[in-house]
Parts: sequence; structure tokens; C-alpha cells
Amino acid sequence: MADVVLDHAAASHGMAGQYEAPLFGAYSKKVGMWLFLASDSLTFGALLFAFSYNRISNPAWPTPFGVESITNASIMTACLLSSSLTMVLGVFAAQRHDRAWTRNWLLATMAFGTAFIVLHGMEWSHLIREGMTPFANPWSPTVPQFGGTFFTLTGMHMLHVTIGVIYLGVIALRKWFLPILGAIWLAGFLLIPSDNVFHYGIHALLLGLIVAAVILFLKPKDYDSHDVEVSGLYWHFVDLVWMFIFPLVYLMSTKI
Amino acid sequence: MHDMAKHDDSKGQYFWVWGALLFLTAVEVWLGYRQIFEPKHMLEVLLMLSIVKSALIVAYFMHLKFETALMRWMLVIAVAGCFVIMYFFFFPDADRILRLGVG
Repeated sequence: MADVVLDHAAASHGMAGQYEAPLFGAYSKKVGMWLFLASDSLTFGALLFAFSYNRISNPAWPTPFGVESITNASIMTACLLSSSLTMVLGVFAAQRHDRAWTRNWLLATMAFGTAFIVLHGMEWSHLIREGMTPFANPWSPTVPQFGGTFFTLTGMHMLHVTIGVIYLGVIALRKWFLPILGAIWLAGFLLIPSDNVFHYGIHALLLGLIVAAVILFLKPKDYDSHDVEVSGLYWHFVDLVWMFIFPLVYLMSTKI
Repeated sequence: MHDMAKHDDSKGQYFWVWGALLFLTAVEVWLGYRQIFEPKHMLEVLLMLSIVKSALIVAYFMHLKFETALMRWMLVIAVAGCFVIMYFFFFPDADRILRLGVG
């Protein structure tokens, strides 16, 4: 859109076709997303370094993740890796202007992402049932920071995945996504027991619904291949962060 | 809208990258179960494997390999530089604490 404005302005001043090519050889949306991802990588980098520091400087660090947890986390990893593949295929479909397959591949990506969130939520519920809180854990009383570091790191990532699924839903379905997201929020709120942390955590979907509605109604547009590609960059970043979280959090604390 | 990225239309390579990522994940899980190394060295090995996996994701899935050289080097140098700085601040101190026998 901005390029259309630039073209018109350039033409009216007799300078059509003479504006400079972008510095990084990419359209501004892509450069903007890369810059955002660079800053977000520092956020996760700081959290990961803090976690790693605690982990290797603490010989009594708990190792609560048995076969079930590692299997669950491995399936989650496979889900995210597969979602990255479907995202790439979605970008290809968008570039050849195949709207149906763009939508299909984006929906497949969202399905894998949702599976990741559900499995991760089940993992959290299992650990909380065993007595793990942000301030204490039943395996190593001398390491009270285990819960806080775990929930912060994985919770931050889970939030990014949730935002990513909503983002892809907006790109794939536009306004049709709003009632679907609303239905999922309501179903989650009514069906998740009130003693489960996600009974209240599900309201993140309501927040996402409000933000998505504001964007879709105040700035309606037909999302093109560039929008799909930029959303893909965000999604791959979320996958990339998990490539560090899975080994550092889970594999460094396996229960043999 | 300008996009000077070189477009590679071969989809097969993305399936190979996906397979390689799954294989490296399996290697990590195996290392985690066998606990071959002590925690500090296990962390280093797992980090190295994670960096390889991240490089594959960034280069192929995020398409950075096909972007212009300026974009590629700007991002890689900036982010890598920050992580190198973080490493030199954190890990020697963590190792020192471990050898002090605190905790």
C-alpha cells in the first residue's frame, strides 16, 4: 500500500521510478518483522541464559521429567517442526496465488500449533498436580526457583505460540476467524475445571479476539503473499525458540 | 513492493530440512536419556545441536539463505554478537559458582 502512495507521489513530482530501492532488498513489512524477531530473540535469549545459569550452577537441580514427559515434549517438538513445514508450503501456495491451498496449509499449521498448546497445557497440569508451583517443588526443596524459571520460560513461549495461532487464523480466515475464536474461548472457559490454571488462562484468547476484531474491522484488507510470508517468519521464530527450550529445560532434567 | 530475495522453488529441500530437524531432535533425546555427559558438557553439546537446528530453520524455513547478503549478515552478526556477549557474562560465573561448592 505504501508503495502505491510512493508511486503516486513520485509520479506527481515527475520522479516516477526514481525512488531508492530498499536498503536490505526486501519490502518494509519483511524488514520490520525481522527487526522485531531480532529483539524478541534477545528477550528469549536472556530468559534462556538465566535458566541455563541456574541449571548448571545448581547441583541439586530437580530432574522430574520421566518417560511420559519426555515423550510428550518430543511429540510437541515434532508438532512444531511439522507446522514449520506446512507454513513453508502455505507461503509457496500464496506466492502462486492459490488461495484455497494457502488457507489449507495455514489451517494445518494452526492445527499443529494448537496440538502443541494442548499437549503443553496437559504437561503443565500434570506438574501442578504433582505439587509444582512458581515458588516451590516437591523434588528439590533447596531449589525453589525451579518452578518459577520453568513456568516463566515455557509460559512465555506458550503465549507466543497462542498469539501465532491467532495471527495465522486472522491471515487465513479473516473475519470468519472471530466467531471460531470466540467459540473456542467460551468452550475452554466452560469445560476447563475451575481448579485448573487454564480456566483463567483461556482469557488470553478473549484478549486475542478483541485485538483481532479491532484490526479486522478498522483495517480490513485482503492479505497477500507478503502478509503470509511475514506471518510465516513469526511462526518459524516460535519454532526456533522451542529448539532451545526443549533441550535446555526438558533434556537437561530427565529422570532416569 | 521490492523483494530482491532469490526465489528457490524446489520444495524437496524443505522436506529434507524437516527430516534433518527430526533426526537431530532424536539425537538430542537419546543424549538426554543416556546422560553421557555431566551437566555442564551436556549443556554445551545440546546447545551446539540447537544452534545447528536453528541455523537450518533460519536459513531454509525463514528463507534467510535466499535474502540479500546485507540483510543476512546484518541479522546474523547482530544476534550472534549479542549471544556471544551474554555467554561470556554468564557461563564463567556459573562455572565458578559450581566449583565453589555453593548450594
